[in-house]
Amino acid sequence: MANAITRKSRPKYLSLRALLFEIRLPLSGWVSILHRISGLLLFFAVLWILFLLDRSLASESGFESVRRYAALPLVKGALLVLIWAYCHHFCAGIRFLFLDLDKGVDKATARLTSVAVLAVSVGLTAWLGAKLW
Amino acid sequence: MVERVVTGAHYGLRDWLAQRITAAIMAVYTVILVVVLVGGVPITYPVWKDLFTQGWMRVATLLFAASLAWHAWVGMRDILMDYVKPTGLRLSLEVAALVVIAAYLGWTAQILWR
Repeated sequence: MANAITRKSRPKYLSLRALLFEIRLPLSGWVSILHRISGLLLFFAVLWILFLLDRSLASESGFESVRRYAALPLVKGALLVLIWAYCHHFCAGIRFLFLDLDKGVDKATARLTSVAVLAVSVGLTAWLGAKLW
Repeated sequence: MVERVVTGAHYGLRDWLAQRITAAIMAVYTVILVVVLVGGVPITYPVWKDLFTQGWMRVATLLFAASLAWHAWVGMRDILMDYVKPTGLRLSLEVAALVVIAAYLGWTAQILWR
């Protein structure tokens, strides 16, 4: 029994504390989980997007009301989040298609393409935001 | 023998492949739409309305919506298979996702052919 008492306590790597502060995802892991989160977000956002499309095509006044609505700061922020989600899902998806073809699976290239996906999707969001408003 | 579960995967390549093909279709549509939105004339109501009245745009948008429906179904099912373990709950959420997707598709057709 003395043995059991002196035994070193083993780290529990699935504790919440470990998940939040100790385990750090590699960049490709961030690309992957953000791909999933953005996909889930976009699934629900379709409802809102269809509502906006419906109103904007229904009539001239509907179109103008959508334009005014989209200019509200809160709405603009939400739309920018969705644009980012779409861009990230798009770029990460292209990366995954290449991974399916066994392209870019070595560590250095995978890290580089992860950085590229994260940077390009933010860049695209900024560019589209600037163009649309 | 593999034990098959009603809410399990189809144990095949079809959905995996469909998700990638529909992704490619949506990517092409996205690029076209972005070019139209930022590259061309300023978007006023007549321009916007005309765009979605043209036959090719209606068909392309419906193709996009159908691709999205299939793609989203595979993705939602993947998420439910990963995080929701009880069979009854998972099946209910899968049915709910399908109902939402079908409603999205119907609404899209309604918007396009008003």
